[in-house]
Amino acid sequence: MTTSHTLAAEALTVGYADRSVLTDLSLEVPPGRITAIVGPNACGKSTLLRSMSRLLPPRSGSVLLDGRAVHHLPARALARTLGLLPQSPVAPEGITVADVVGRGRHPHQGLFSRWSHADDVAVAEALEATDTVDLADRAVDELSGGQRQRAWIAMALAQQTDVLLLDEPTTFLDVSHQVEVLDLLTDLNQARGTTIVMVLHDLNMAARYADHLIALVDGRVHAAGDPAAVLTEETVRAVFGLESRVVDDPVSGRPLMVPIGRHHTGGPVGAATPAASKG
Amino acid sequence: MTVVENRTDPATLGTAATPASPASPASVRLVASARRRHASRRRTAVVVLVVLVLATFAASLMVGRTFYPPLDVLRVVAGQDVDGATFTVGTLRLPRAVLAVATGLCFGLGGAAFQTLLRNPLASPDIIGISAGASAAAAFAIVVLGLSGGAVSAVAIVAGLAVALAIHGLSARGGSAGARFVLVGIGVAKMLESVTLYVLSLAGQWDLQEAMRWLTGSLNGSSWEATVPTLVALLVLGPVLLLLTRQLGALQLGDDTAAALGVRVGRSRLLVVVAAVGLIAFATAATGPIAFVAFLAGPIAARVVGRRGSVLLPAALVGALLVLVADLVGQYALGTRFPVGVVTGVLGAPYLLYLIVRSHRSGDSL
Repeated sequence: MTTSHTLAAEALTVGYADRSVLTDLSLEVPPGRITAIVGPNACGKSTLLRSMSRLLPPRSGSVLLDGRAVHHLPARALARTLGLLPQSPVAPEGITVADVVGRGRHPHQGLFSRWSHADDVAVAEALEATDTVDLADRAVDELSGGQRQRAWIAMALAQQTDVLLLDEPTTFLDVSHQVEVLDLLTDLNQARGTTIVMVLHDLNMAARYADHLIALVDGRVHAAGDPAAVLTEETVRAVFGLESRVVDDPVSGRPLMVPIGRHHTGGPVGAATPAASKG
Repeated sequence: MTVVENRTDPATLGTAATPASPASPASVRLVASARRRHASRRRTAVVVLVVLVLATFAASLMVGRTFYPPLDVLRVVAGQDVDGATFTVGTLRLPRAVLAVATGLCFGLGGAAFQTLLRNPLASPDIIGISAGASAAAAFAIVVLGLSGGAVSAVAIVAGLAVALAIHGLSARGGSAGARFVLVGIGVAKMLESVTLYVLSLAGQWDLQEAMRWLTGSLNGSSWEATVPTLVALLVLGPVLLLLTRQLGALQLGDDTAAALGVRVGRSRLLVVVAAVGLIAFATAATGPIAFVAFLAGPIAARVVGRRGSVLLPAALVGALLVLVADLVGQYALGTRFPVGVVTGVLGAPYLLYLIVRSHRSGDSL
């Protein structure tokens, strides 16, 4: 089960038209672990994820899966090892959860091959893992945000890849569904050894759920490593231009970033007087 | 499982390990039986459609100003000489019915392929100007250049591809399925229809039947010469589209999702567009743009077979059925003889209105 694949970027430069989004970026994804990529808007997080799954060609440098450039691997072979859940997949009107999840089997099916028992098992497994068995016959566009995201993750699971990239899997979800999705990904990682790389907006969620944190700024890696080492007041200042306090998360023991803005900074428990909070 | 104890993280408690266990037999059975249920509904629907197409095809050989019993028709088809029937059935009705089936299959398949690829029922080739382009080009090739047969089809397919490319270029910033794409296509269609009218006005003798063909589609004057290129196109391009069914299914989920599933997005999309435009153009060169068949066939087929899986094959059959039935109705049911496109136009226009009204109510872009 734990056939760990190595995934790395080497001196990767990627851009659109005349603009470089990633410049000479190198990083390594630890196999069998959960990696979270964080950074401000437009720092190149999604671009990095898309070029790692070869949706964007590099201008120079390369993305290496097990030492081979992904942009030179056959498309279907790559799709059996490395999966990507894009930020906004499209559900055609009325399509059922089972149908969407079944389409995740595409890289395992030949031009003339028929639907096999292995396909049924893979779909059932994906539905069970994401707790969507009861939703199988429902239309995706009728589901709540959290249910819909679970259905899409089930599609990516049916693809049965050892490496799974997810672009902001928790955006548009309320906090309980964010925790639900991140718990689910952690289950997957622990149970199957799936290497997970995800772009996350929420620094604290990233620090809690990731084994390895990568902070990007302006298309470069600012810091990478253990969340406790990466999520510091200095990193937050350098990456987001924000003053903060980093404390121990009382629940997980991981770092917890508390932002410092211009208001409401008087101190804990009622220290901010009514007058102060009005000003 | 055992190391969790000394941690205080409540999220970790009680959740672990379920995904590792292989699927329970109950879930596998559930998935498999739902899939089989759908497959069998689909098979039944396809068989019923095939039977309906064959029955209507047979009826259109028998019915007319003179009725010929099945036995006479069979003898004519088998090549025997039957008094009266040999000319009426063999020369008039048979090529007409075969052309009706062939163009219906082409329009249905090509239309559904476009609607699936662009994820929009309004992005059908007869709405966005591809049929109109092929039609204007075919009329131009016949009336002005004096071409016939395969050369007309070639001009039509080049024009159809050029229109597809032009609409894509004009609406590039709106995303390939957005309202902008459809609206630009509708504008282009209107422009090309006026080109057709202009070309027709250049013709030496102005023939109403001929004009109707290039504006709404008609099976009048069907002959084997017109039918053969369409049949060849169907036999070559039809299987290409049907083999791309799975790629189309992945492309429906968005370009990024499809690419992540191992589909070569650019190449697959190009193949689908070229094959679909080819089918539409060949059929249009033979009969003109039979109104709304490409547009209606996909949604009707989806109603019949359900939303799960591909709609291509059933849509092709629905297209054939639509053209056959509409031609029978146009010829014999209305007192005066109407070209087939007038009848399908009457069916299609209300559905177009329904789609537009509905999409505005739900707040979608077209």
